Amino acid sequence: MADSPADLTAARLLERLNAGELTSVEATQACLDRVSATDDKVGAFLRTTPERALEQAAAVDRRRAAGEPLGALAGAPVAVKDVLCDEGELTTCASKMLADFRPPYDATVVARLKAADAVLIGRTNMDEFAMGGSTENSAFQKTHNPWDLERSPGGSSGGAAACVAAGQAPLSIGTDTGGSIRQPAALCGVVGLKPTYGRVSRYGLVAFASSLDQVGPLARSVEDVALLYDAIAGHDPRDTTSTNEPAEPTAPEVDRPLEGLRVGVVPEHYAEGLSDEVRQAVEKAIDGYREAGAETVEVHLPHAKHGVATYYVIAPSEASSNLARYDGVHYGYRTEPAAMHARLAAERKEATEAGDQAAADKIDTALVRLYRQSRSEALGPEVQRRIMLGAYALSAGYYDAYYKKALQVRRLIRQDYDRAFEKVDVIAGPVTAAPAFKLGELIDDPLAMYLVDLYTVTANLAGLPAISLPCGVSSAGLPIGLQLMAPPLEETRLLRAARMHEATHGPTAIAPLS
Amino acid sequence: MAIQRTDVERVALLARLEPTGEEIDRLSGELAAIVDYVDSLSAIDTAGVEPMVHAIEQTNVLRADEVRKSLPRDAALANAPLKSDSGFRVPAVLGD
Amino acid sequence: MSDNQTIAGQTIIGLEVHVQLATKSKLFCGCATTFGAEPNTQTCPVCLGLPGSLPVLNERAIDLAVETGVALNCTIPDFTKWDRKQYFYPDLPKGYQTSQFDLPITEHGWLEIATEDDEPKRIRITRAHLEEDAGKSLHDESAGGGDSVIDLNRAGTPLLEIVSEPDLRSSAEARAYLTELRLLLTFLGVSDCNMQEGSLRVDANVNLHVEDPKAAGETAATPIVEIKNLNSFRAVERAIEYEASRQWREWQETGRRIGQAPKQTRGWDDSAEVTRAQREKEESADYRYFPCPDLAPVVVTADEVERVRAKMPELPAALRLRLQTDHGLSAYDADVITSAGREMADYFLAVATSGGDAKQAANWVTQHVSRVMNATGKTLAELALPAERLGGMIAKLVGGDLPSARARDVFDTMLEDGVDADAAMDKLGIAAVDESELVTICRELLDANPKIVADVQGGKQQAVGALIGQAKKKNPNADPGRVRAICLELIAES
Ligand SMILES: [Mg+2]
Ligand SMILES: [Zn+2]
Repeated sequence: MADSPADLTAARLLERLNAGELTSVEATQACLDRVSATDDKVGAFLRTTPERALEQAAAVDRRRAAGEPLGALAGAPVAVKDVLCDEGELTTCASKMLADFRPPYDATVVARLKAADAVLIGRTNMDEFAMGGSTENSAFQKTHNPWDLERSPGGSSGGAAACVAAGQAPLSIGTDTGGSIRQPAALCGVVGLKPTYGRVSRYGLVAFASSLDQVGPLARSVEDVALLYDAIAGHDPRDTTSTNEPAEPTAPEVDRPLEGLRVGVVPEHYAEGLSDEVRQAVEKAIDGYREAGAETVEVHLPHAKHGVATYYVIAPSEASSNLARYDGVHYGYRTEPAAMHARLAAERKEATEAGDQAAADKIDTALVRLYRQSRSEALGPEVQRRIMLGAYALSAGYYDAYYKKALQVRRLIRQDYDRAFEKVDVIAGPVTAAPAFKLGELIDDPLAMYLVDLYTVTANLAGLPAISLPCGVSSAGLPIGLQLMAPPLEETRLLRAARMHEATHGPTAIAPLS
Repeated sequence: MAIQRTDVERVALLARLEPTGEEIDRLSGELAAIVDYVDSLSAIDTAGVEPMVHAIEQTNVLRADEVRKSLPRDAALANAPLKSDSGFRVPAVLGD
Repeated sequence: MSDNQTIAGQTIIGLEVHVQLATKSKLFCGCATTFGAEPNTQTCPVCLGLPGSLPVLNERAIDLAVETGVALNCTIPDFTKWDRKQYFYPDLPKGYQTSQFDLPITEHGWLEIATEDDEPKRIRITRAHLEEDAGKSLHDESAGGGDSVIDLNRAGTPLLEIVSEPDLRSSAEARAYLTELRLLLTFLGVSDCNMQEGSLRVDANVNLHVEDPKAAGETAATPIVEIKNLNSFRAVERAIEYEASRQWREWQETGRRIGQAPKQTRGWDDSAEVTRAQREKEESADYRYFPCPDLAPVVVTADEVERVRAKMPELPAALRLRLQTDHGLSAYDADVITSAGREMADYFLAVATSGGDAKQAANWVTQHVSRVMNATGKTLAELALPAERLGGMIAKLVGGDLPSARARDVFDTMLEDGVDADAAMDKLGIAAVDESELVTICRELLDANPKIVADVQGGKQQAVGALIGQAKKKNPNADPGRVRAICLELIAES
């Protein structure tokens, strides 16, 4: 696969396209070929859409030849996580519930990608409804880490990160509710940005936890991440939680280093549980900032350690409500009614013959059973676990102890950051405590899996922009991620700081997949 | 507080889920572990702290009262598991 | 079957009224709210609850809710928010209803109603909050079997749920409250309140306060029952009466008190005229309310409330008063005209102005005009009788140009031919008879009837009556009163 267009970053690719040295059809075909060659190993894509992609590419080439004005991503291949509505195309959220669902409308992000003349090559795998940190909760397939196929790419945007790491696509769209862009980006050795909450429209993003979900870019360079972010960011009247603050283009800015940058270092980050390899890589990255003339300042985030507990009350509570719509009535999976009725009749017969009135009264109505059976058959165990957890936290008598309490701690976490950012411009730290874990390693221990989000959830709870950058590899050759956070709406500052690290650390590699 | 089997059954009905016997046992254990962990929040002093519902705090985000084009009916019904020519069909379960 | 055994206790009633607000588009999306469209032709990703869709709040719904709150003497808190009420039902596509739980847009108001003993009574309003309507389940044959078909056209239509305190004490008071509330809402124009089309729906909470057998002088309360499916004011009355006697019987049988049984929901069966318990399982609801993360809170400033208050149209109570003070109507006439609705009231006012006599105007509007409307089923607009025409007729009547005896004929002709009073009088050959002609007629009659003259002179004044008929034969427009008076004068002079 020597110098295939698939190896290019989007920025270089666009330069070649504009210079007429390469066509979008060639670039698109190269990515599709890379997928065919490697995805049986990686499993990043749930499906590609070659015909449509090549049509879009050909159209862009024609318009470029005709000298027509083109969008910012004209002809660049983009992979989209299967959680954003694409009119008339399958949008499954990696769930049996939506296996056949074709939305009648475009998500705003998808519409903006189309408007930017991006080439949509396919839909990437994920944890069902974005719930998980390993992409093992997909109802359809496993995704493997391109750096070690025995290992998880992380999640929930595991396919989105793996496809970029494998050179199957230069650009990819993921979503991040508790770390679902940054954690897989770190484990796959790519760059992943979670924008400020409200920067990117959630309209058409199938909701997991509405107050935490954000859409964001993954790529192999900070510049590419900036390009893709610029294409999707900005106010949307159809999402009333999107900010009115204008989203200034960041791509033209990223190469300007920040003068007198103050980098925050958080002692709480280095509590026990952080692996030595990750600590060393992160400390080395922070040294890099010092060498680049930045000042490092110690800041404290006393409530950060409560982030996971807070998150695992708020996110499941919102999820239990957001996923109530999957009931097999208006769309999605429905159990076979005849069999359902038969089973119900049998249960009633049994109860009455046993003369057990109490048992008979406990049997569901047909409607309740239709719901319970449809949902239980079509939703995976992790999704059901979180729905149960959320319904419990919101149920009578528990609301104040769990949900309300978590919302209060959430504000304390946000206030910690507000205070910290009075002293520093960005905060640097680890993304995960350890490099990629083995597939199956954590799947049977939900709590251990949840704790993987320790360093990432606080940015979602506080609504801050945060980015994951490659900052080294473990002795086993596994990527390690550096996380940078900035105050709300400071994406430009965040990306410029990220670029400073990238400049010293060097470009992001494509996994050899030997 | 520890989660009992009966809690799991109650919540499963609320959430319209139907865990089997073994699943209820498994879930009781898993949820209990998670809830125990989450209970650590109770130790935090949050007196007078305003709950933070939204990550972006704004008010009065409104639209004018204007009619927009609706979906054609076939598009509205396209994903229905069962439908008549006029609407979403629910198998005989109502009022049962 | 409500056996009319007397209930030794007080019926306690609180009403929950759901009103569809008169917005063009739905509460959270741009779909039209027009009634009667083909099923599922007024839906979009938002009101279908499709994955990924998000609500955007309709500002008009906020305005209408605030107007109503002010008219109902409610306070308008400066901060209100949205909550999700979670339950599963096929007409609720998202699995939750976006509503308002602990911070409603308006609260703590009152509405004054008239009661049997003519003592006006204030019914306290607990709160009025905004929420989205659900869809409808139709039964269409094409579906076959016992299948239902869901129509989501109505899903997402803005509702204002107006909750009263349990201040009502009889089915009559309940009806009076609903009637006054509907009148107020239609005066405001915030809803058409059309019950047939479901734009006004009522649930009733009913229980009894009875003599406590265990503690003399104390009262005991029976468990509260919420009655649903009340599709007319009559249904509300009947259901309350039925439920009161049912609870009375139950109390005597079980002695069960409030708290000893959970709040029960019963549905009103209009044909059987009974309430029936609804299945517990659907009812044992834990709604798991929590703030909607997709919707920003709403802030209503005191200035905005004052602006609404300033723009408030005249409300029924004020109009009743004005009709009595400014137009000298009786309380009864003022109420009849007000209760007939804003349109009829304006019609009356126009008739009174152009006719120059409010009492006559009230008489003709409340009796004849409404009689014709009831008889023909026509609306005021369809009735070919502009206020100015009726006013013109009344002017002639009070001016003596139209004999009262012929007014009804003229009125009918004006309606039938759609003409004004002059044209009707011409057609009927009615002309005011001038005095000199009347005197001539009377003189001729007296000359022709010496016996009557003698009788009158003998003190039998009523004898003149015999002449009145004859006078009418000579001229049909002759006014009986004048004929009698002139004859008596002439006899006295002779
Ligand atoms: Mg309600
Ligand atoms: Zn709609």
